[in-house]
Amino acid sequence: MTPIIEFKHVDKYYGKFHALKDINLKINEGEVVSIIGPSGSGKSTLIRTMNGLEKINSGQLLVTGYDLADKKTDINKIRKNVGMVFQRFNLYDNHTVLENVTLAPKIVLKRPDDENKKLAMQYLEKVGMADKINSYPRQLSGGQKQRVAIARSLAMNPKVILFDEPTSALDPEMIQDVLDVMRYVAEQGITMVVVTHEMGFAREVSNRLLFFEQGKVVEDRKPEEFFAHPDSERAREFLSKVITKD
Amino acid sequence: MWQILTNNWSSFLTGFWNTILCSVIALIFSLILGVIFALLEVAPPKIGRIIAHIYIEIFRNIPLLVIVMIFYLIVPRFLVRLSGFQAGTIGLTLYTSAFIAETVRSGINSIGDGQMEGARSNGMTYIQAMRYVILPQALKIVIPPLGNQFVNLIKNSSVLAFVAGFDLMYQAQLIAFASFQTIDTYVVVGLFYLVLTLPLSYYMRHLEKKLSN
Repeated sequence: MTPIIEFKHVDKYYGKFHALKDINLKINEGEVVSIIGPSGSGKSTLIRTMNGLEKINSGQLLVTGYDLADKKTDINKIRKNVGMVFQRFNLYDNHTVLENVTLAPKIVLKRPDDENKKLAMQYLEKVGMADKINSYPRQLSGGQKQRVAIARSLAMNPKVILFDEPTSALDPEMIQDVLDVMRYVAEQGITMVVVTHEMGFAREVSNRLLFFEQGKVVEDRKPEEFFAHPDSERAREFLSKVITKD
Repeated sequence: MWQILTNNWSSFLTGFWNTILCSVIALIFSLILGVIFALLEVAPPKIGRIIAHIYIEIFRNIPLLVIVMIFYLIVPRFLVRLSGFQAGTIGLTLYTSAFIAETVRSGINSIGDGQMEGARSNGMTYIQAMRYVILPQALKIVIPPLGNQFVNLIKNSSVLAFVAGFDLMYQAQLIAFASFQTIDTYVVVGLFYLVLTLPLSYYMRHLEKKLSN
């Protein structure tokens, strides 16, 4: 089985700062991977390289069969199959909820209008936002925006969805709704890569956990094993801090 | 004052018409050019940014009258014959487009990176993201300063008087010269300009309110 995402000796620099250090990583289709680790460790950089929002400096990065390091690769072909959900939602402020979901399928996939709307409504119902289709993003709460953002990603029928700290900007009482929607996405068999501080999600929903530190994958394990006994001293320290905080 | 208006009614009307014509043409094309150069300035290719930058700095930093004179006196010698009206309208268009480009660029820059990232990772090309997500928001934001540019454009069209463009100001000079009623003439001309600029100002304000809801 060929992995859907594969890093081969990937390095990334911001000026002199070595953000990603010789990353070697395979993610298979259908996996739900949580990436945890301290702030500034490069988690977000790592996930943002997977759809080309950040360029890598050396190595090979294969996503859905295309090499992101190759200049001839049409990045838009990859992005058709790889959705992304952001910490700050990034909904289109000039479009309604329904338009947010239908815009890209319409102009990128050229999906016919009636089918497009039907599918969008299905997804909006799944995320519990069907009653807000004519609202604008500024009229929604953070949790509602994030659920629309997930519906927007789903509407492209992606193979992979990347989540970059999807609950970090939300009020505590909104987080559960978004996590429930993410659990639904996982059940659809869509490959998920999730940068998160939600240890509950990492433990219960994901089937693989990466502990990331100083630009490196320090641990790559099953979540239940990781939480029971982390190998590295740094992971133990990290866990003791986040668990007591919960 | 009433007399100066009735005695020279057809001259004023001709001037008024030419001022409107020049302003409408310059407004349309300066908006198109301005948006194009604003897009070049923010787009990734460096060569586009350099071209846009040179264009904007040239036309923004030379007095309008000089630009118009170049099209009236120099261009005809080497390229095509241009009437005063044509030279003036072209000069006004290019001059205004440089300011509009800067205005629109600032609007585009005020839209957060998240909008572009959201659109790109949703599968849109850069151009699609610009067209459907960024530019509509940017143009909405810059409506008030664009309104200022449009009002300035109408007033600046009076530069046609220097190159025999038969606009309002040109007619005013002729009438004032022939009648010796200089003050009355220019007061009347001022009122004619107000007839154009006031509705435009109110319309832009109305548009701003309408779109903010």
